[in-house]
Amino acid sequence: MARALYIHWPFCVAKCPYCDFNSHVREQVDFGRWREALLADMRHEADLAGGEPLESIFFGGGTPSLMPPDLVEALLAEAQRLWGFAPDIEITLEANPNSVEAARFDALAKTGVNRLSLGIQALDDEALRFLGRAHSLAEGLTALDIAQRAFDRVSFDLIYARPGQTAAEWQAELERALAFGTGHLSLYQLTIEPGTRFATDVRQAKFIPLEDDPAGEMYELTQELTRAAGISAYEISNHARPGQESRHNLTYWRYRDYCGIGPGAHGRRRGAATVRHKKPENWLEAVAQGGNGIREERTLGQAEQASEALLMGLRLAEGVDLAEVSRRFDFARDDLIDAGRLGLYQSLGLAWSDTDRIGITPKGFPLLDALLGELVPEALVSA
Amino acid sequence: MTDLSRIRNFSIIAHIDHGKSTLADRLIQFTGGLTDREMSEQVLDNMDIERERGITIKAQTVRLNYTAKDGETYELNLMDTPGHVDFAYEVSRSLAACEGALLVVDAAQGVEAQTLANVYQSIEHNHEIVPVINKIDLPAAEPEKVKAEIEDIIGLDASDAVLTSAKSGIGIEEVLEAVVARIPAPGGDRAAPLTAMLVDSWYDPYLGVVILVRVINGVIKKGLQVKFMQGGTEHLVDRVGCFTPKRTDLPELGPGEIGFITAQIKEVEQARVGDTITTVKNGATKALAGYKEVQPVVFCGLFPVDAADFEKLRESIGRLRLNDASFSFEMESSAALGFGFRCGFLGLLHLEIIQERLSREYDLDLITTAPSVVYRLHMTDGETRELHNPADMPDPVKIESMEEPWIKATIYTPDEYLGSILKLCQDRRGIQLDLTYVGGRAQVTYELPLNEVVFDFYDRLKSISRGYASFDYEQIGLRDGDLVKMNILVNNEPVDALSMIVHRSQAEPRGRGLVERLRELIPRHMFKIPIQAAIGAKVIARETISALRKDVTAKCYGGDISRKKKLLEKQKEGKKRMREYGNVSIPQEAFIAALRMGEE
Repeated sequence: MARALYIHWPFCVAKCPYCDFNSHVREQVDFGRWREALLADMRHEADLAGGEPLESIFFGGGTPSLMPPDLVEALLAEAQRLWGFAPDIEITLEANPNSVEAARFDALAKTGVNRLSLGIQALDDEALRFLGRAHSLAEGLTALDIAQRAFDRVSFDLIYARPGQTAAEWQAELERALAFGTGHLSLYQLTIEPGTRFATDVRQAKFIPLEDDPAGEMYELTQELTRAAGISAYEISNHARPGQESRHNLTYWRYRDYCGIGPGAHGRRRGAATVRHKKPENWLEAVAQGGNGIREERTLGQAEQASEALLMGLRLAEGVDLAEVSRRFDFARDDLIDAGRLGLYQSLGLAWSDTDRIGITPKGFPLLDALLGELVPEALVSA
Repeated sequence: MTDLSRIRNFSIIAHIDHGKSTLADRLIQFTGGLTDREMSEQVLDNMDIERERGITIKAQTVRLNYTAKDGETYELNLMDTPGHVDFAYEVSRSLAACEGALLVVDAAQGVEAQTLANVYQSIEHNHEIVPVINKIDLPAAEPEKVKAEIEDIIGLDASDAVLTSAKSGIGIEEVLEAVVARIPAPGGDRAAPLTAMLVDSWYDPYLGVVILVRVINGVIKKGLQVKFMQGGTEHLVDRVGCFTPKRTDLPELGPGEIGFITAQIKEVEQARVGDTITTVKNGATKALAGYKEVQPVVFCGLFPVDAADFEKLRESIGRLRLNDASFSFEMESSAALGFGFRCGFLGLLHLEIIQERLSREYDLDLITTAPSVVYRLHMTDGETRELHNPADMPDPVKIESMEEPWIKATIYTPDEYLGSILKLCQDRRGIQLDLTYVGGRAQVTYELPLNEVVFDFYDRLKSISRGYASFDYEQIGLRDGDLVKMNILVNNEPVDALSMIVHRSQAEPRGRGLVERLRELIPRHMFKIPIQAAIGAKVIARETISALRKDVTAKCYGGDISRKKKLLEKQKEGKKRMREYGNVSIPQEAFIAALRMGEE
């Protein structure tokens, strides 16, 4: 039974040069049609994975803060009707910190959204321009202020390890960010994703991404500063004060079931992976034809699920309970992790283990992809 | 049987690309051995590799029936000999089966070192040599200059050299007339006991082993019980014939004739080149001179990239060996590369050919370890042993002295590259014997240790002379050498596949080159990796690969796991092509590239 629901709103005013998420720019959006389609897509999921009250809902995008508040309200009302809400349900919405959208924060808060995730991205005007953001620093800070007053919980994103950025510059920026006192921060290192404008820019040598070595050092610095501020990383790039973690995202990382609706949304329910049509028009068409936007639904093997559980779980500071993964997927515990490798990387201070749990240390986090390649046995991957 | 006076046996000597095969094709075509439709390019070079590289590996012979201008019909046996020094012994047997040779020289390129070596051999066999200047229709052709070169360098009278363009079909009849007029007819006595020389042998899936023979005296025919005088085996001849170039059965082969026999032989090893064939009853008592057993001189390990291919490799090597008794193999296991074979070859080209045939004909992905030569070890306890594999090197304190094979190399080059070539030879411990200039070309003779030559010498020579220098060598025996085993340690563990035996004076530069290259080739790991070259416990070169600082997907969001999974799958796929030493994964490419040093 899924107790987490993801709703994807695919539209943006402009596409950011670093973004490889499923976002699209359209002149006009027929909100009525989108409302009906999203409701239908939602009902399809509830039929298959309903029955227990939802603990979290996440509006992601795209730019979901561009959704009319009444649309958000209608979706939440339907979700509550279909699943029911746990008393402390977390409802997050991603927002851009510009003045137009900030003006709607109060209205959005009234729909039931209780957690706002703001894409501030940088505390520097030049950097904001480089990142192709429409807002200025001043606008961003105003939006943050409005958000902190309108919502119980506020998080914001920063993108660091930008080209040419020094450790000292980042330290100053991060210290300023910490001073806002939000309960949650997402601190991402800039990565150049294929198919983005930045990828083209790099290919054409318009800028050179920061080298891995200084980026690795900045990651370490980030861990020190946030730990000192009481907002340590609970995931590779996500920081929270105790109890302020994103429960919705924890669902992914702890590899619990979740429903995902809207264009390009992914879901996991009862051992099946669902993927919805990515292109908004195709998704709309699919919903119109078949009552849901699913492009592919595939049952995952036990080994594949176990490997996914490890891939996701090892992103968390809390690590993974091997005994639990073993039970859940009926897979011998010894076959889940290469014990010899784990020993090696533990001795190097990159991983830890504690009876049933294993995990990656803060020192190991910036090497997670390399570590996964070493720790996860081949049999799990190729299965 | 053809009357002796109307037989001519000849070979063609030429440098690669000077048109030997094309000329042979034209001769076949002109005499009607094949119709135009049957002619495929370069009929004589049967193997793909032979065709592509323009080299001949196995001796081939074609019988041409040519009606000359004097009205008589002649039996011309054209022997296509292997052109490379690695097959020098086979060449010498082929030459021994002929009375003359066509010396084909490219009208634009002139005489090359490889041509020289073969011409001298041919002269040693008292051959009548007919110079043929080919490609005369090229714009850059300078036949007069080439004639002068032939006279100056080789000392042959080139005044009546035949001018041809095999490609355009110019001068073909003149070549045939020259063969008839100038190459002597063979001698021989039909009544004498059979003596026939085993010129070459190969495996044919339908006929078994096919043996190319030159009959000296007597007659060989179907049903005859014959004896191989060196091999000591007896066989029943079940087929006699010649190639026109189509296989044609004949009732018999008489004195002076060249043709083939089959005798229900399963392995080429039993039909050794140079052996003397006679009859079991009333046979000859004295074998022909010149037989020797060929010994591999260059060794290397061959390992399957995918360990699962080991059985396939074993089978494939076994099959190749059916047709080539001159290479040896024994099983070898390496910590780095798993199970494979230590193989011995006649030379570097032979090594390359076998390696290429394995990968091409048998579809095997192989790793080849650094070629090494055979060292002779004199142990302190008085024992003498041979060392084929650096991994088998005994404790140095037990070695009294070591000997290594030396060669005499002849290099022929346009003089603008001479300086760099002399430096290369000097760097490789060469001893200069001779240096002469002819026209714009220089000929240098050096004595060189073979182990310096197997180590990318030829590649270097080609690259510094832009392919213009040619190179040939002969072995001149063993000499004492101050040799040491150099180990390469990755993360403090020796990598067996990279250890090598080197001269003490070469150890440091070579060790440094190797560790520098490995530093580039081994990907960073999550820990620091020292790479060292060492002789015993003494480190002579060292590099360090710094630890990886960052390799992470920063954002994993929205529940989309697929990309993360693909990344991991790719990582695992990559690991299959790696070998592990001291927790360090070394990509296969690193082994290959490290062993192919010196092309910087």
